[in-house]
Amino acid sequence: MNTRTVTNLFSVRRQMPAKSRFFVTIMSFLLPVLLWSLISYVPWLWHPKVEISDPGAVAYFKQGMLVDTELFDKETLKQEASGKALPEGRPANPIYLPAPHEVVVAFYTAFTTEPKRRSEKWLHESLWQSIQVIFWGFFLSSLVGVPLGILAGTYDFFSRLFEPFIEFFRYLPAPVFGALAVAILGIHEAPKIAIIFIGTFFQQVLIVSNTTRKLDPSLLEAAQTLGANNKALLLKVVIPGILPDLYRDLRILLGWAWTYLIVAELIGASSGITWFITQQARYKNFDNVFAAIMIIGIIGLTTDLILAALSKRIFPWQRNAAGA
Amino acid sequence: MTHILELPTYLDQDDAVKDRFARLKQRPIALEVKDLSKTFETTGGTVTALKDINFNTHKREFVCVIGPSGCGKSTLIRILAGLESPTSGEVLLDGKAVHGPGPDRGMVFQGYTLFPWLTVKRNVMFGLLQSGHSREHAEEDARQWIDLVGLTKFVDSYPHQLSGGMKQRVAIARALANQPGILLMDEPFGALDAQTRIKMQTYLMDIWKNIDITILFITHDLDEAIYLADRILVLKAHPGEVQELIEVPVPQPRSPEQLLSPEFLATKKRLEELIHPPQEGDEINGDHMNMVRMVPVDHEVESVF
Repeated sequence: MNTRTVTNLFSVRRQMPAKSRFFVTIMSFLLPVLLWSLISYVPWLWHPKVEISDPGAVAYFKQGMLVDTELFDKETLKQEASGKALPEGRPANPIYLPAPHEVVVAFYTAFTTEPKRRSEKWLHESLWQSIQVIFWGFFLSSLVGVPLGILAGTYDFFSRLFEPFIEFFRYLPAPVFGALAVAILGIHEAPKIAIIFIGTFFQQVLIVSNTTRKLDPSLLEAAQTLGANNKALLLKVVIPGILPDLYRDLRILLGWAWTYLIVAELIGASSGITWFITQQARYKNFDNVFAAIMIIGIIGLTTDLILAALSKRIFPWQRNAAGA
Repeated sequence: MTHILELPTYLDQDDAVKDRFARLKQRPIALEVKDLSKTFETTGGTVTALKDINFNTHKREFVCVIGPSGCGKSTLIRILAGLESPTSGEVLLDGKAVHGPGPDRGMVFQGYTLFPWLTVKRNVMFGLLQSGHSREHAEEDARQWIDLVGLTKFVDSYPHQLSGGMKQRVAIARALANQPGILLMDEPFGALDAQTRIKMQTYLMDIWKNIDITILFITHDLDEAIYLADRILVLKAHPGEVQELIEVPVPQPRSPEQLLSPEFLATKKRLEELIHPPQEGDEINGDHMNMVRMVPVDHEVESVF
């Protein structure tokens, strides 16, 4: 790499050449996978355990068992000293770190494996349940939060009326309302939706009101000199003026809603993707656990990419509609 | 050797100009500003932005307001537009006192202020729809105004697709579409490059000639003020007061060649005296540079002269 290339890659607040950008984006995903592969496939990297392939004369070793390397070495020395059959094994990682190929297989088998009990749900059913909880929690929160935020950002009256209490309430962690939500709303979907609502709503009002306040005030003045009354200022200037930013806010908040999902689904009767993950962890199917965690990431990223692409279509007047 | 031109005084008017001003003053009064004052309360005490401003503009007159920074010219135009309220005094438009902003006074801002989410056509329709015109009528009217400022090709473009000069033409069309009694312009061409500015000045003169509109135009550019105005209201700073109302002796209609005419230069000289008087206090106030020679004595370019 010559100096020129280095300058191209590291010039302050300038875009790299298109080719490099694409390459670095790919690396962003490839590097973590590469690190994971190294740890999984290179025997002398980490591998603190030994997977027994032949127990030899050690009474309590069984084939396929994972034991600590020190223990294995100690037993080997002991057997060596007494001249009995030596145990055999190969270096392995702990059970909670499956290799990449195992997780890739699990992506498929997790969907095709029948649940252990009749009453339990398939993975796709669990996922669908989670998506519904997120959707309703976020939808209901936005239904109330967005109008309140816009009012608070537009009128000082509503700002004073709503914001001090909301500022207080948003410091209360949503999960502390779990028990209360179950007591009031029962053990099924309703309290979970309530937790997502509580987790999203208060931040939402504050973020939306802030976005509303950032609208260029000279647009409001221009509208006034063109004869716009109070109502028209709100409906014809404030709301259309903030829509692209509002849309971007909601995209970010939707990401937050996912973080509350895990807590929400542990409340009352455990359900959805969280139930699946805890269940699989209990069975020590960590490949399934990893697959499920990644599925959440993939759903989140895909939704966001779709929403970002849509924003270009919905707001043609935005020069950089893709936004953050 | 430097030649200093012998200039006539700006008070000399030839007969045609004299006659025109006599007729101009016969016209009915469009805007009347009476004893207008504005003070602001700040942490440092009370600041008087404007003090006892009095002036009239006649129908279809072009008045420029000019003054040093801090003279309150922006505050003045914002009060006229109704975006701020005066501490005392009043503003009459066609004899009626005005309170708050309204479509009877059009305003063009320096920062364009077009609605970015509306196309050019929708921007111009905005005021018409607010005053209760039907969509069809508003659209038809808007097309005419857009045609007038020469942007027919861009009716369906969004503001971000236009150049600065084009944006400001849309803003003018948008303000005129409401058919206001007076058009208030707050340094409208201040953000444009010199060439575009001259073009815009010519456009504006054309519009003013052909449309029943009184214009009050704020600028800090002396040439722009003399080139455009019938009369120039010169303000002084701290507090903002009327210093002089100058009748521009340059004959109408104006053309760019007049920028070097004796009347033009005489007016400019007067404005320079009023706005940039020699400040004796500058040195004492520390408002000067500590310049020392930093070129080596044996430098290849020993002196720039």
